[in-house]
Amino acid sequence: MPEQPQIFQSDRSMIEIKNVTRSYGAFKALDDASLTIREGEFFSLLGPSGCGKTTLLRMIAGFDNPTSGSISVGGQPMEGIPANRRPTNMVFQSYAIFPHLNVEQNVAYGLKRLKLQGGEEKRRVEEALAQVSLTGLGKRLATELSGGQRQRVALARALVMRPKVLLLDEPLSALDKKLREQMQVELRRLQQAVGITFVLVTHDQYEALAMSDRIAVMFGGRIAQVASPKEIYQRPVTRQVADFLGGMNFVKAEIVEEDGASLVVDTLGFGRIKTDKPKAFVRNGGGATLGIRPERLRVLWDNATAKFEVAGKVVERHYFGEITHLIVEIPGLEKPLSVTETNDFGADDIPVGTSIRLAYDPEALVAMAD
Amino acid sequence: MIAVRRFLSGGWLATYAFLYVAFLYLPVIFLPIFSVNTAATPKFPLTGFTLHWYEDLPRTPALLDAAWNSLIVGVSAAVLSTLLGILAARSITRYRYPGRSTIHGLIMAPLVLPEVIVAISMLLVMLQLGLSLSLFTVVLGHVLVCIPYSMTVLTSGFEGFDRSLEEASADLGESAFGTFRRVTLPMVAPAIISSLLVCFTISLDEFIIAFFLTGTEATLPIYIWGQLRFAAKLPGVLALGTLLLVASFLLMTVAEILRRRAARRTQNEGSLYA
Repeated sequence: MPEQPQIFQSDRSMIEIKNVTRSYGAFKALDDASLTIREGEFFSLLGPSGCGKTTLLRMIAGFDNPTSGSISVGGQPMEGIPANRRPTNMVFQSYAIFPHLNVEQNVAYGLKRLKLQGGEEKRRVEEALAQVSLTGLGKRLATELSGGQRQRVALARALVMRPKVLLLDEPLSALDKKLREQMQVELRRLQQAVGITFVLVTHDQYEALAMSDRIAVMFGGRIAQVASPKEIYQRPVTRQVADFLGGMNFVKAEIVEEDGASLVVDTLGFGRIKTDKPKAFVRNGGGATLGIRPERLRVLWDNATAKFEVAGKVVERHYFGEITHLIVEIPGLEKPLSVTETNDFGADDIPVGTSIRLAYDPEALVAMAD
Repeated sequence: MIAVRRFLSGGWLATYAFLYVAFLYLPVIFLPIFSVNTAATPKFPLTGFTLHWYEDLPRTPALLDAAWNSLIVGVSAAVLSTLLGILAARSITRYRYPGRSTIHGLIMAPLVLPEVIVAISMLLVMLQLGLSLSLFTVVLGHVLVCIPYSMTVLTSGFEGFDRSLEEASADLGESAFGTFRRVTLPMVAPAIISSLLVCFTISLDEFIIAFFLTGTEATLPIYIWGQLRFAAKLPGVLALGTLLLVASFLLMTVAEILRRRAARRTQNEGSLYA
C-alpha cells in the first residue's frame, strides 16, 4: 500500500508519556511506558487484551492516574487535572450514548456548558452531524439507531467539542465485518479532514495497519515496538510482535559475523544470510531467530529458477478462495514453512506430496529478538 | 412427552389455569360485590344495589383520622426506605467488595422473616430504647419491611447502568454534580418513583407491625381490624377495603410500568452486541 499523504501531520509532539507505570498491588497494568504521539497523527495502541492499552488510553483521558511517571497533552502536564477539564474527548467502546436524550441533545451535551451565543450551538451540532453523515437524524432517539449510527453519534458528540486529541476505545469492535471495514475507511478520512490527533486502542492488527500513521504494539504492560504500519509488519523487533501482526515462519540461525548494522547468519534451510540488525537486537548466545512472512515465499513453477530458493515437499494444502495456504516441509528445518500463494497460477491444484521449490528474497528474512 | 402434551392440550391445562386464577381472585371479587349490596350481611342472593356504604365513609371521623395517619406513615416510610434503598442498591450494583452478597442477603432478609417475630422484636427494641409507641415507631417498622422491596425495584433499575455514561459526561466537560443531575438522575428517576409507590403501597396495607408498634393512633388496616368486631359495620369495611384494593392495584401497576421503563433504559446501553 502506498504511503498516504500526511497533510496535517507535523513533527510537534501532542502527547508525551514519560515512564508511566500503573500498578494494582503487585500487578503492573502498565510498566514504565514512554511514548510520544505527534500532532495530527493517527496513532494506534495495538495489543492483546490485558496488555495495558486501554489503561494507557484511560490515563490520557483522565479516568485513571499513573502510579508513577507523567503524561502531558499539548505541552501541558495532566497531573491533577480531572477528566472534565482535559483537552481530550473519547469515543467509548460501548458508545455511551445517553439513552434519555435524542441524537441532537447527545451531540450538544458538552456544548451546553459553554453557553454559546446566538445559534452557534445549533450550527456546530449540525456541522458535527454532517461530518459523520447523520444529517437529518437529529430528532431520533438513541434507541432507534443501529449500531453503526450510534457509533457515529458518539464520534460527533466528541468531535463537536473540537478536542486537541480524540481517544477511541475499540470503537469498531461491536460492528459486523463489512460495516467495520467501511468505518475504518471513514474514520481515516475523517481524521485527515479534521486534522485532530486520533489515538485508537484496538486488538485488531488489520484495523491498526489500515488506519494508523504509527502503531505502538504492547504486551504485558510494556511497549514492544513503535513504528509505521509497514515497518511493524515487515520488520518486527521481537517474535511476539511478529506473531501478533500475522503469520510468520521462524527459522533458527547461528551468528557467523556481527557488526553495528548487520548480521551474517547460517541457517539450515536457507543457508548463509546477511541481514539488517534490528535496533533492539539482543544476542542470545551464538543463536538468532529469523522470520519470513508466508507471502514472501513464492512457488517456482516448472523450470523457473530464482537466485535464492529452497526445495521441499507439500504436506498440507488449505484453500481460502483468493489464496491457498501450503505447508511445505524443508529438509533441515525443524518446523515446516507456511506459504500463502495467490490462486491465479493454480496453487490450489498442487497435490499434497508434490516436491516444489520456493523463491525468496533474503531481505525478507529479518532477524528479531526472541 | 407426547402423553403430557395430549393431556395438556385436552383442555386440562385451561381448566387448571382457570381454577388457579379463580382460587386466587374469587375472594377478592366478593369484596366489591358485597360492598354495593343493600343488605348488611354478606350473603347471596344479593338484595339490591347501593352506594350508601361508600357515602358513609367520609362521614366517619375515626376513619378519616386513620386514613390521614396511614398517609403520613406511608409517605414517610416510602421516602425513608427509598433513600436508604438508593444507597444500598447503588453500592450493590456499582461496587465489588468483600461481603457484598452477604450484605445483600441481610438487607433482603426481612422479606422472609416471620412478620410477627419481627414486630415483637422491634417492639422490645423500641421499649428498651425508651421510645413511646407512636406513628414514628410504625414508620421505623415499615422502613424495615419496605427496604427489601425498594432494593428489588431499584437494583433492577440501576443494574446494567453503564458506568461509561457517567464517564462520557465527565469527558464532555461536566462536573460530578452536573453529571448526577443531567445523566444519573434522569436515568434512574423512574426506578426511584416506582420504589416510592411500592413502599407506600406496602406501608398502606401493612397490619402486623403497625398493630404492635402503634400507640393510640390507628392506621387504616388497624381501623378495619377494630371495625370487624361490629357486624353492622361490615359493609363499611368492605367498601373501605374495596377502595384500598383499587388504590393498591393502581399504584402497583404504575410502579411496575415505571420500573420496566427504568430497566429498559439502562439495559439499552447493554444491547450493543445485539
